[in-house]
Amino acid sequence: MSNFFKKLDARLDTIDEYEQEPVPEKKLKGWKGFLGMYAGEHTAGTEFVIGPLFVAHGVAAVDLIWGLIAGNVLAVLSWAFLCAPVAVKTKLTLYEQLKKICGPKLSTLYNIVNALMFCFLAGSMIAVSATAVGLPFGIPMPELGDWLPTSVGWVVTVFLVGLVITVVAILGYDFVARFANIAFPWMILVFIAAGLAVLPQLGVNSLSDFWPVAQERIWTGVPAEGQSKFTFWHVMFFAWFANMAMHIGMSDMSILRYAKNWKMGFSSGTGMFFGHFIAWMASGILTAAAAGAIAPGIIAYNSAGVAGAICVVIAGWTTANPTIYRAGLAFQSITPNWKRWKVTLFTGLVTSIAACFPALVMLLLDFVALYGLVLMPMGAVIFLDVMVFPKIGMKSNIAELASLDFNWSAGLTWFVTLLLCLFINFYMGVEIFFLGLPGWFIAILLYFGLSKYYQNRISKTEVLKTV
Amino acid sequence: MIMKILLIILSVIGLGLTIIPSVLVFIQDISLDSHKQLMLIGMILWFATAPFWIKEQEL
Repeated sequence: MSNFFKKLDARLDTIDEYEQEPVPEKKLKGWKGFLGMYAGEHTAGTEFVIGPLFVAHGVAAVDLIWGLIAGNVLAVLSWAFLCAPVAVKTKLTLYEQLKKICGPKLSTLYNIVNALMFCFLAGSMIAVSATAVGLPFGIPMPELGDWLPTSVGWVVTVFLVGLVITVVAILGYDFVARFANIAFPWMILVFIAAGLAVLPQLGVNSLSDFWPVAQERIWTGVPAEGQSKFTFWHVMFFAWFANMAMHIGMSDMSILRYAKNWKMGFSSGTGMFFGHFIAWMASGILTAAAAGAIAPGIIAYNSAGVAGAICVVIAGWTTANPTIYRAGLAFQSITPNWKRWKVTLFTGLVTSIAACFPALVMLLLDFVALYGLVLMPMGAVIFLDVMVFPKIGMKSNIAELASLDFNWSAGLTWFVTLLLCLFINFYMGVEIFFLGLPGWFIAILLYFGLSKYYQNRISKTEVLKTV
Repeated sequence: MIMKILLIILSVIGLGLTIIPSVLVFIQDISLDSHKQLMLIGMILWFATAPFWIKEQEL
């Protein structure tokens, strides 16, 4: 048996993902892999939740459509013009780049926060899959008001799903991407088919019936009891910032560092317009047909039978896998001596524990907005440091150059930006969905000003004169 | 080569069985239950054949 584990250990050690070094030229990839990866990753289990939550928040049909178009275009532009150029220039993961800019202590702090956020996000995807896996066993599913684990059966189901997803993530990114690539064409058709098949139940018997029914029975503009009202602006900003940690926050440097050029950032458009447009609309239709039910397994099973339930499971996997992978990368940068598969196993355990709490699903919109906001300031720091500082005569990678443990200009930018966002939220009443935009400009201004002061001060101590 | 073409045809049929029944439900040609059964067959066809011809993922 020990021989088996030695062999497994050796096999898993051969999976080299260039976590701590730039991706070599020969390993750079073309469009196809990115198009498939983004399409698969953003046509996911959580889309089965976000569409219904828009319905619960009383979005009007016209606000939904225009809000999604505008928000998704802005998201694609953020990937293409902010994240991809940085990733292509450095060819490093976010975590390695942060070490150069922030120093080991600050980047460790960031990585802990980042990894935990990704664990919670992956946890929501595991919970989504569990709502379908538990169906044949009659396990009661959480409802809109449930925040805590609802039964032992629910916890067991979540852990089983988490185990399988973690094993897949351990096997490496190639396997994850291939899985998403195969599943995607089928998944998006299941979303469309499920939505189309229940339209007659809502009174749509011809194409001309759709718009009146959409306005009167699906996206009515009236929120469910206890839910806040969403407008066009909520939808637009949510669609833009749903993946803020990945584009503006630079987490997708881990993916786009494999890109041959920055234009491949536009490949995120497949994910936005298949997943965050078609799938969000389709799942909204499903929840209206299921009399407002939210649990993804139930609404998919009602409309597409066993195939629908399996789609929910697979859709959860294809998003949870890269998310666990990213969280594993973040944890590995904290513990570089740990083997990647052990780190991923640990990540999967944390994720599964988080997934037991249905609050991650029922408050998904708020959580998604929060995790993007928390990670965003460091994305602004990286963008300035990599793309702007060299052009204006300031030093990039100051922590590496001056052997700093903790770059205070980056650290203060992060903390003060979040404090100011909190202030804007509490005292000016701006909802969390909108804070990312002022927050990014605050972070940019703060990091520029603090770096100017900090670099001048360091240069006076002669440290930078030698580099 | 012939085997690959056959696999691709079966995969396309699988995708067809996933989406076409929903159109038939929409125009009220078949019931929702039939649509669910056909989708299940479509899913089995897709996952039984697609992994053998979809190229190894580049990323």
